[in-house]
Amino acid sequence: MEIPRHWRLKKQRYALVGEVCPHCDYKIFPPRDVCPNCGDEAKTLYTFSGKGEVFSYTTIYEAPTGFDSTAPYTVALVKLEEGPIVTAQLTDLGDQPVEIGMPVEMVTRKMRNDGDERGVIVYGYKFRPKLG
Amino acid sequence: MTDVIIAGIGQTEVGEHWDIALRDLAYVAIKEAIADSGGLQPQALFVGNMLAPNLSNQAHLGVLLADHCGMRGIEAVTVEAAGASGGAALRQGYMAVKSGLVDVALVVGVEKFTDQVGAGVDTAVATTSDSDFEAVQGLTASGQAALLMRRYMHEYGVPSDGFAGFPLVAHANGAGNPCAMFRKAIKAEVYGKAEMVSDPINLFDVAPNADGAAAVILTRSDLLPKGYLHPLVKIAASAVSTDTLALHDRHDPLGFWAARESVDAARHKAGITLDQVDFFEYHDSYSIYAALSLEAAGFAPHGEGWKLAAQGAIALNGRIPCATLGGLKARGFAGGATGVYQAVEATIQLRGQAGPCQVENARFGLIQSLGGPASTAVTHILEKITL
Repeated sequence: MEIPRHWRLKKQRYALVGEVCPHCDYKIFPPRDVCPNCGDEAKTLYTFSGKGEVFSYTTIYEAPTGFDSTAPYTVALVKLEEGPIVTAQLTDLGDQPVEIGMPVEMVTRKMRNDGDERGVIVYGYKFRPKLG
Repeated sequence: MTDVIIAGIGQTEVGEHWDIALRDLAYVAIKEAIADSGGLQPQALFVGNMLAPNLSNQAHLGVLLADHCGMRGIEAVTVEAAGASGGAALRQGYMAVKSGLVDVALVVGVEKFTDQVGAGVDTAVATTSDSDFEAVQGLTASGQAALLMRRYMHEYGVPSDGFAGFPLVAHANGAGNPCAMFRKAIKAEVYGKAEMVSDPINLFDVAPNADGAAAVILTRSDLLPKGYLHPLVKIAASAVSTDTLALHDRHDPLGFWAARESVDAARHKAGITLDQVDFFEYHDSYSIYAALSLEAAGFAPHGEGWKLAAQGAIALNGRIPCATLGGLKARGFAGGATGVYQAVEATIQLRGQAGPCQVENARFGLIQSLGGPASTAVTHILEKITL
């Protein structure tokens, strides 16, 4: 298990912390330090609202190692209110069919296990249909 | 300017070579390419490979292959750019010869998918995406393509069988390629009944992962052996562009920007228009990538690339023949060997040796090797010449 690699991303995984460019106000997620809009350095932290809508989605039947126990699952491109698109699983769907444009919100969920090596579990963001 | 000639070509059949190791598979292609060139001896080896460290627990392929294949001591390195590794290695060989630093370069692409089975393969392939923000969500390469295909169908109102033309043409052409994994044409109704891989992508929208090796010998025209037998094929242009690694970081995920940039740059360098391109070996790892590549290259407007397949324009006798020896779909997707297979196949076409798959009077062949969803795009233009 790559513990340091997951640990250092805890702000992103648990709270959708990205960046805002101090030069052009562009919102950035995942953080990347150089603003993709204006090219200047951007290191100011910015917490996203976690609200967005489905831009596209699919179902994964043949899952990579660590994801087999939850397959099949739905992965989407979610367009956040603030602009960026993130790749994330959809969860808590019940019988609700997924549609492009569906409003969703971020929740924290179990993402994967360690391929049964040492039992470490990775938690992070998924998106569920927006409540209320 | 110096012309860089593809003097020799070699390839193995693409398939499940359970009994052949990576190094031995590469040797088959290398030996054939050297013999085909009239016995030219390489001074430098560029290996295109995508996943040997993951799939075979083997890195350091440059020296492995130089040593194993009878070239101990020569310059040898691996070039990796995911699915574009073969194209990227070809470019390194091209630059080495073009610059005059190397007289004879050997480029070999090799991949051994069958050293792993099951989830191990998907896990390995997923390392070529953004590991921290894509793969960690359980997204696979097929899933990534499915996200694009769903959005494309939504934006442009494509019917559910709209992409069937891509595998139909690929399989029809693969039937004429003795090195193809699938050598049997398929019927349209088979596409409609195929099992879903990641909706809306079905089994026929996905090129099969398979083992294979392909090799080319590059040299300058003045260094060709006396009595060289083949019609001359040169690399008229070489270009690489990169986009964002992660799909979600793009303003227009359907744009395949790097694919467009590299085709434009290559066409500019070769000094040709799109109309002069006689065939296009695109990177049809997924049907949707074929459609987006056709649009990016300029053969169709946005949202209409799929129509070229539906209307027969990509068939051997069509306006722009594609996947002329089966493409990734029917020849098989041998990972980092793919770009070198494309160079071998385009050379076969331009030499006039493609048999039932021959594109008549072909002079310019466009080949494009993609890493991920065109995160890396390597484009070459090959030209038949006379001295």
